[in-house]
Amino acid sequence: MFYIYCPYCGEHREEEEFHPKGEAHIARPADPESCSDEEWGDYLFFRTNPRGIHHEMWVHAVGCRKFFNITRNTATYAILETYRMGEQPSITDDTREPLEVAQTPTETTPADNLEGVRA
Amino acid sequence: MSNTVDDKIKTFDTRTDANVPIESPLAYTYRRSGAPAPDKNSKAVLHERPFLGHLTLRGGAIVLDEALRSVLDMSLPAEPQSLLFDASGERSVQWISPDEWLLIVPGGEEFELENRLREALGDAHFAITNVGGGQTVVDLEGEAASELLMKSVIYDVHPQHFPVGKGVTTVFAKASVILRRPSETRWELVVRRSFADYVYRWLLDAGAEYGIGVQR
Ligand SMILES: [Zn+2]
Repeated sequence: MFYIYCPYCGEHREEEEFHPKGEAHIARPADPESCSDEEWGDYLFFRTNPRGIHHEMWVHAVGCRKFFNITRNTATYAILETYRMGEQPSITDDTREPLEVAQTPTETTPADNLEGVRA
Repeated sequence: MSNTVDDKIKTFDTRTDANVPIESPLAYTYRRSGAPAPDKNSKAVLHERPFLGHLTLRGGAIVLDEALRSVLDMSLPAEPQSLLFDASGERSVQWISPDEWLLIVPGGEEFELENRLREALGDAHFAITNVGGGQTVVDLEGEAASELLMKSVIYDVHPQHFPVGKGVTTVFAKASVILRRPSETRWELVVRRSFADYVYRWLLDAGAEYGIGVQR
């Protein structure tokens, strides 16, 4: 039993209320018609599955029912931050390539969002 | 029976003049599982308030707030997890999600209210859904009410964490409920119709040690 901070409810909630929904920040190809099979296959099926820092989508399923993002360490399971859809993570793994998203300018993340998990 | 606010959206009154008996979501449960009357030893008392008008409002907070102020003279709770009542205490509006609120009014008011809200909202981007047929309200009172909830919900109901005027959607046993605290002494559970039997029987079972009674 642990608590996850929902950036929409603005408080820590029991993990049982949430569901993980896979890797975050996967941009749908702007023009699917012009994608090669490989590009489309990559978009649809292939995920990074890193050891360490990972950005993933979760949904507050029994709660506000909103999707949001979590930066999580897949090796330690530590949740490092949670942030709203459309926002960018403040914690990234500098050893890997930067994310290719950046559609809208990042809103500043409220400081209380940074504490993703509380024992 | 079918009135329309504008040409695009057909609304209709779910309460008809036809002589069709209506039953609370717990009607079958009362017959099958019984309803022990509360006595002087009851530290928890359960009381269902069926047939209320439930409307789900979705849309932007600013337009919904304006409409609600003009139609009901109530403001929309902007803070997450907040619950507001009107002066009579009979009408409430609760934050459910950043773009969703639950409005509960005395039974029979909801159709006219829905139409007036639609009128006030005009061309704004919104949705109003009458969910009254899908859920019921169960009140829980008594000195052991919060202790009973501690056994049933995963949410922390300590008064410091759950003050009066708060409401959350959370897990109750294996079901989901909306748990609200309208006053120091009373808790409200907004329960889905199909889970009403389960929640009721869970409460009777979990409340047995507090001599739970059912007020009817
Ligand atoms: Zn939430």
